Amino acid sequence: MSTQSNATESRSKMIQLKNVNKWYGTFHVLKDINLDVYKGERIVVCGPSGSGKSTMIRCINRLEEHQAGDIIVKDIPLTNDLKNIDSVRREVGMVFQHFNLFPHLTVLQNCTLAPIWVRKMPQKQAEEVAMSFLERVKIPHQAHKYPGQLSGGQQQRVAIARSLCMNPEVMLFDEPTSALDPEMIKEVLDTMVQLAESGMTMICVTHEMGFAKTVADRVIFMDAGQIVEENEPEEFFHNPQNERTQLFLSQILQH
Amino acid sequence: MSEFKPLPDQPPPPNTIGAVGWMRAHLFTGPINSVLTVAAAFLILFGISWFINWGLFDADFVGSTRDDCSGEGACWVFIIARLSQFIYGFFPEEQIWRINVMFFIFAACIIALMIEKTPKKGWISLFTLVGFPIISFYLLNGGIFGLEEVETHKWGGLTLTLVIAIVGIVASLPIGILLALGRRSDMPVIRSISIVYIEFWRGVPLITVLFMASVMLPLFMSAGAETDKLMRAMIGVIMFQSAYMAEVVRGGLQAIPKGQTEAAQALGLSYWKTMFLIILPQALKLMIPGIVNTFIALFKDTSLVLIIGLFDLLAIVQSALNDPNWLGFSVEGYIFVAFMFWIFCFGMSRYSQALERKLNTSHR
Repeated sequence: MSTQSNATESRSKMIQLKNVNKWYGTFHVLKDINLDVYKGERIVVCGPSGSGKSTMIRCINRLEEHQAGDIIVKDIPLTNDLKNIDSVRREVGMVFQHFNLFPHLTVLQNCTLAPIWVRKMPQKQAEEVAMSFLERVKIPHQAHKYPGQLSGGQQQRVAIARSLCMNPEVMLFDEPTSALDPEMIKEVLDTMVQLAESGMTMICVTHEMGFAKTVADRVIFMDAGQIVEENEPEEFFHNPQNERTQLFLSQILQH
Repeated sequence: MSEFKPLPDQPPPPNTIGAVGWMRAHLFTGPINSVLTVAAAFLILFGISWFINWGLFDADFVGSTRDDCSGEGACWVFIIARLSQFIYGFFPEEQIWRINVMFFIFAACIIALMIEKTPKKGWISLFTLVGFPIISFYLLNGGIFGLEEVETHKWGGLTLTLVIAIVGIVASLPIGILLALGRRSDMPVIRSISIVYIEFWRGVPLITVLFMASVMLPLFMSAGAETDKLMRAMIGVIMFQSAYMAEVVRGGLQAIPKGQTEAAQALGLSYWKTMFLIILPQALKLMIPGIVNTFIALFKDTSLVLIIGLFDLLAIVQSALNDPNWLGFSVEGYIFVAFMFWIFCFGMSRYSQALERKLNTSHR
């Protein structure tokens, strides 16, 4: 394992993964994952496809079930207890590779649905909150359109706003720019940088190394279901310790 | 640096657009197609003109007995003289207003739902699906509010057809949705029950179900626990159709990407909220053609109740054909039945298409 992050123990732990293991049938996807994420920390997870990075963050809000080990989010242990799962999901927002906006609802309805039905917020208040977040991601004028009428970049920004409307403490990003046209990646990354600057705890699975360098507190490299190396971005990119990391970096930074 | 300027749009060539363009593209693309077009047009004109002459110009509409028919064209006198019976069955004449009230409420609901700008559409559809069937039952059956009780064996004709069809439609859709959700459930017991139910009822012909309901069931039950024959037939129809509906709904559910469920779960929505707010609204939209297809099949299948002695529209017309005073008008009778069925089925089909267009928000 690599060097411990410089995060001080005095900061509160937001997410703890202890010896997390997961199998798909007989295939061992996650092997003894140990990870502590502190409040306000920004973590970038990278690695080759099939390395388990998406599975790992999907375990954090129970979209995937882990079979051994402990996951604790804000002192709530993730077990089969539906109450715990619900409370964890309320604290954890997620942005998907393919946006997964609800196509039968307008942009505004996409953003107000969960606050109204899960947080029991009055509709008027939910709409005000939604509009404030849509302004933050710079698309308030599209509020009454349907997702199908927006570009990919706009849809992903709506998806970010939709998650933020639930006022989460942690945001998970699962390859948020991988399905976008090159011209639209920047607008989504700008939104994410802005979010990072506001102090949000973030875990991003991404291959945008520029984003990792500017924003991340820690970069984690995964392969074959294990955390191979974790370090500050400066050290990670310029002085990788593990052979596998060096190979990966040489492949993606070649061009 | 040179500036990028797109070329201006040009209009398409004139003979590829409009009526002329359409006819060139579809009817007269070559010599063989042109010959076929002319021949088909001739056949259609000939056939239609013969039918209109028989059914309209040479036909007889006025009168009260068969002697009023000239015999050259159709004898609609037969239909008109028996129309009341065809529509209301054997309902006591002085109580027929009750059926008319039911028809009126039904028509009002449907019209209100079809008009774009009706306020509170949700409540009206809820009333049509829940309130209207209850009101209709008490209107037809009577026995309360000083209404005289009319036993179900007196119900018949178009009224009976509509009663069975509407009850079948209103009940089979929600049951079908629950069965489809059950079949996709993670819980083995619920999944097994759903699968057994669906596969059992789907594998049995409706006629068998109706026979079982009317002949076998009373044999197993004690003499005192006699239930109404119409009730038994309707339960049979509902059981049968909900199994079909479940498979249509399941098809629609499978077409919704998994990401929709995940996004809803990630936002903290529970299973039922995910289903009713996210998955079903999208899936039902996709399922409209399949659902209406099942509705239309159900509507036409109602005529099978004639084999257990219920007089739906088809059965009542058939029995009128055997009336010695009106022998020999079976063509008119069957055309009338076919026309009535067609009107309702075509209406459902058009309404579903309008609904599909209205609900389409995908903009793909």
